[in-house]
Amino acid sequence: MRDTPLSNCERDFLLKAIQEKKRLDGRQTYDYRSIKISFGTDYGCCFVDLGKTRIMAQVSCELITPKENRPNEGLIFFNIELSPMASPAFEMGRQSELLVKLNRQLERCLRNSKCIDTESLCVVSGEKVWQIRVDVHLLNHDGNLMDAASIAAIAALCHFRRPDVGIQGEEVTVYSTEERDPIPLSIYHMPICVSFSFFQQGTYLLVDPCEREERVMDGLLMIAMNKHREICSIQSSGGIMLLKDQVLRCSKIASVKVSEITELINKALENDKKARKTGGKFGFAESLPQERITALKTDVSPVEMSDVKEKANEIVQRAEVPPQTVPSPVLTAPGTGQVGEGLENSWGLKEEEEEEEEEEDETVELKMDETDSPGPRSVCAVFHGHSWQDGTE
Amino acid sequence: MVCLFDCVILSCFYVIIHLVYKVGDVLLPGDVFSFQMPESITDSKPEKVVCGPGLRRNGDEVLVCKSGILRHKQPNLYWIDSQQRRYVPGKGESVIGIITSKSGDIFKVDVGGSEQASLSYLAFEGATKRNRPNVQVGDLVYSQFIIANKDMEPELVCIDSCGRANGMGVFGAGGLLFKVSLGLVRRLLAPQSEIAKDLEKMFPFEIVVGMNGRVWVKSKTIQQTLIVANLLESCENMTAQQRQTLFRRVADGSI
Repeated sequence: MRDTPLSNCERDFLLKAIQEKKRLDGRQTYDYRSIKISFGTDYGCCFVDLGKTRIMAQVSCELITPKENRPNEGLIFFNIELSPMASPAFEMGRQSELLVKLNRQLERCLRNSKCIDTESLCVVSGEKVWQIRVDVHLLNHDGNLMDAASIAAIAALCHFRRPDVGIQGEEVTVYSTEERDPIPLSIYHMPICVSFSFFQQGTYLLVDPCEREERVMDGLLMIAMNKHREICSIQSSGGIMLLKDQVLRCSKIASVKVSEITELINKALENDKKARKTGGKFGFAESLPQERITALKTDVSPVEMSDVKEKANEIVQRAEVPPQTVPSPVLTAPGTGQVGEGLENSWGLKEEEEEEEEEEDETVELKMDETDSPGPRSVCAVFHGHSWQDGTE
Repeated sequence: MVCLFDCVILSCFYVIIHLVYKVGDVLLPGDVFSFQMPESITDSKPEKVVCGPGLRRNGDEVLVCKSGILRHKQPNLYWIDSQQRRYVPGKGESVIGIITSKSGDIFKVDVGGSEQASLSYLAFEGATKRNRPNVQVGDLVYSQFIIANKDMEPELVCIDSCGRANGMGVFGAGGLLFKVSLGLVRRLLAPQSEIAKDLEKMFPFEIVVGMNGRVWVKSKTIQQTLIVANLLESCENMTAQQRQTLFRRVADGSI
């Protein structure tokens, strides 16, 4: 499907608004949208909402043989997927430029910065190491995918627990989660990407562009940093020319934002740990707000229950004796059966006869009410076969 | 509610005297639609019933095919009031389209549906083969569907049957275009729209509402335009009370 094209009037309006330092949703120039981080029931599953952009990251692990030139290091594999539900421009199975760019950027940010201790992932040197796989799925695209993806990936990695491994001489035992508590990965620092978008050849700058602002921007500068003010990666795309002091200013802004976001991630991890320890409810379903606008609600009102028993007795005594009802006639002709569990059928016994007969006799029992609708005849017909025996009524 | 939709008129539809659904009930797809005869009609003459959107005839009976609330308009019009964001082109509806390309004698216009609609060069007021309209790629047009069914490519025109523009054509310099749900658009376009009345009290602005969920707003300053756009986007799920308090708060605290 094609994405909605950007009209000229939208472009002009957005650029004019940016010149007056106004953004579409009323944010300031350096403001982030509200970030919400929630974890799933499994360890390693994390949802991040950056405004309306929504991303899910899932971490999993597997034992494999290591690379030959690095026999005692584990492996980390990143994979970002752009789901078609995120935007009409994304198609399943199509390798778009954006996808390649995001994948490359996430790898540079998390792998080259050596934020995870890969040597701790080694089980038997040269033979078995853990491979950690991070899958990032984009669920809704409203701009600034890189930031949200990096937050989701690092939060999921911090949340993840791998199974415990015991080594006794030559034997290696991998304990399941029931046998021994899984252990977290050893993470040195948390690199987080911050995106800056530039307009009018670098004159105006916006942090955390939303999707419309991304469409009219001239270029994008992406700085990955951790809270210790170490820059992990910088990337500039769009071909704009930036001055040295602009880049320095951006890195200062980035350090402030990164420390805020790191604190947010830590708080979210703390809350999740507390919820799991106290046995409270945790997981994705709990973090969803109950947004019901059609639920019927009435106030709690007391119900008069004192004389219910006497009234019930009165009614029962005054009632007539119910008439004798005969259960529906049971047809025991050969080859017939009742539909339903536990009811009689003679299908199993008379198999030879059934093969002889051309038509299979079926009787479908339905309760025939008085309120029979005169609509098209539904499946309340009774088929008669030539072997019908009226030995019943 | 708005009356711009295509109706299926069933002739000699015999009314079933059954009390099954009342006006205002929530119906789900698959329900068989039957209704109570109004008390005023005592003789059981066969009545012509007009089925609006959300109801579909299936042989002898009428089935509900969209989930929503049953609405009724005198004398014999029934429809399902449902909520959706994806637009399906309908004949006679006025929409805001974005020109995506020019090819040969027609423009290709994106209206938010599954296919792009075509708009001929000659379908503008005062356009001839020599006098071409001044339309660029990326412009906004307010136009009407003349062909919109599931078998053919949708076609738009910017003139009415007399050849006059009647408000249609290229527009949009200086304003902001945004998207809302179709239900909100129908509420805005209703003859006695409360949302429109509340908005009018805020400050003067120009607004163009397309049935495909696109709304264009222009006001004196950019700040006011942004305020109106944000208010419209947010009053989707609010009750009238909440909306009026919000508007009042903004009017008091605005510049």
